[in-house]
Amino acid sequence: MDLRDLYQDIILDHARSPRNFRGLPDPSHFAHGHNPLCGDKITVFMKIENDSIETVSFEGRGCAISTASASLMTEILTGKTLAQAEALFAAFHARVTTGEVIDLAAELEDASDRLEPLTGVRTYPARVKCATLAWHTFDAAVKGGVLGSTVKTE
Amino acid sequence: MNWTEARTNSFNPRELRREFPIFANNPGLVFLDTAASAQKPNAVIDGVADYYRSDYANVHRGVYRLSARSTDRFERARHTVRKFLNAADDSEIVFVRGATEALNLVAHCWGGTFLQAGDQVIISEMEHHSNIVPWQFLRDRIGIELLIAPMDETGGLDMTAFSLLLNPRTKLVSITHVANVTGHVVPVRSVVRMAHACGAKVMLDGCQALPRIPVDVQDLDCDFYVFSGHKLYGPTGIGGLYGKRAILDTMPPWQGGGDMIQTVTFEQSTFQPPPQRFEAGTPDISGAIGLDLALGFIDSIGRDAIYDHEKALTQYATDRLAAVPGVQVVGAGAQSIGVVSFTVDGVHPHDLATVLDNNNVAVRAGHHCAQPLMDRLGLPATARASFGVYSDEADVEALVEAVNAARRIFGML
Repeated sequence: MDLRDLYQDIILDHARSPRNFRGLPDPSHFAHGHNPLCGDKITVFMKIENDSIETVSFEGRGCAISTASASLMTEILTGKTLAQAEALFAAFHARVTTGEVIDLAAELEDASDRLEPLTGVRTYPARVKCATLAWHTFDAAVKGGVLGSTVKTE
Repeated sequence: MNWTEARTNSFNPRELRREFPIFANNPGLVFLDTAASAQKPNAVIDGVADYYRSDYANVHRGVYRLSARSTDRFERARHTVRKFLNAADDSEIVFVRGATEALNLVAHCWGGTFLQAGDQVIISEMEHHSNIVPWQFLRDRIGIELLIAPMDETGGLDMTAFSLLLNPRTKLVSITHVANVTGHVVPVRSVVRMAHACGAKVMLDGCQALPRIPVDVQDLDCDFYVFSGHKLYGPTGIGGLYGKRAILDTMPPWQGGGDMIQTVTFEQSTFQPPPQRFEAGTPDISGAIGLDLALGFIDSIGRDAIYDHEKALTQYATDRLAAVPGVQVVGAGAQSIGVVSFTVDGVHPHDLATVLDNNNVAVRAGHHCAQPLMDRLGLPATARASFGVYSDEADVEALVEAVNAARRIFGML
């Protein structure tokens, strides 16, 4: 196993300097995510208007994989509709858990390609949850709305 | 002074490794997670298989010779545990699944019987979840108060703060003998003396201590001592509860079933004396026999020699890790044995463990089932290296090298 497949430069860059790493004062949706196994904690904040994600940001602390995954997620979800976001989540989740490749609409291919560096976790089963924590938290935020909610992996 | 010179009745861990087939079957493995579970020597692996091949039958039941022989081996295992702990009598040793069950048994059978609302149980900030949660159950069920003895700034038990918690309402102090995150050795003799002076009983969690430190429960005068067999080079699924006979006698049964009864009618049952009272159902017979063999293996090396080895190697690892730029060793240093927890600047413990694994170095990363302690330390997680009789300097060097590999990947070197 070459660790460079897991820790690609893009991952290390996002882990060191996470994008959209801040809280939102008046989110329309937010949720807390927690991986009790490793102690990773994350909060995802969103402003959703007319089914469209206007702003998405996160706070928390975790390993390089979970931080980079959250950072990349906020970048690609900004401006997406909820349906597009859920489709990206489903495709990413399938890719890192079962390896299945789900075809996405053409306009989502760029976004999906940007997640490709994270799919290296597939060969490190103990790390898959690190890559999916932010996405599960996003999903919980969509469902929990302004009241917030908490999602736990494990 | 080189650590090998410091050892008195020394043994060679590298040679001893030949007794542990896991190493031959996993060439290059640098196993530094013995605090989670120890590897098993041939004496245990083969001995358990031989028992199944030659002596196996259920215990305490058959009048036939094979069952008598099996019972004899099972009860001899109890005798071996008694000697290992220097308990006064075989009946003071209860076989359980592990320390977790032992702690739950005491919380339920002793705590549930003799404690009432407002009584206090003291644990410490260093406890494993298994010595926290059973007391929370009891608190929620009958209203005891759970008090937490804090650590001092060195990561050890703050004895002054502990002494101030003790009062006539303190009924039990349940505390670890060696902390599983920091390896800190708690001065249990003082703890017992101080607790007894105010009328409280003491239970010690010996999971990390018993594999590394000679323990004499009569000398310590603790009321309960619990341990897990799998951390003692024995099988999983077996462990022990030591309790003073006079206390065990007063406790009601743990689970109901066969073996723990004297007579049963549909109206009522009467129960066996300890230890059978607490051992309902067919016990883990082969586990007990494996434990017997594991304790024999430890004795064949020598417990003083193991103590010296673990102490010296822990110090060596602490020094070597602390010398790596950006590495912080968490906890007690000179006061610790068997365990070194650490963090590396710029590398999350989970990422560190992945890189170490890629270098064939097996360590634990995470909260080590001690989340309150991690919160207190302000750390979400640490990496933890821990040692056994087969661990040596070369393992530590491989660890240091792998830590540097991680620092390189994360741009810290």
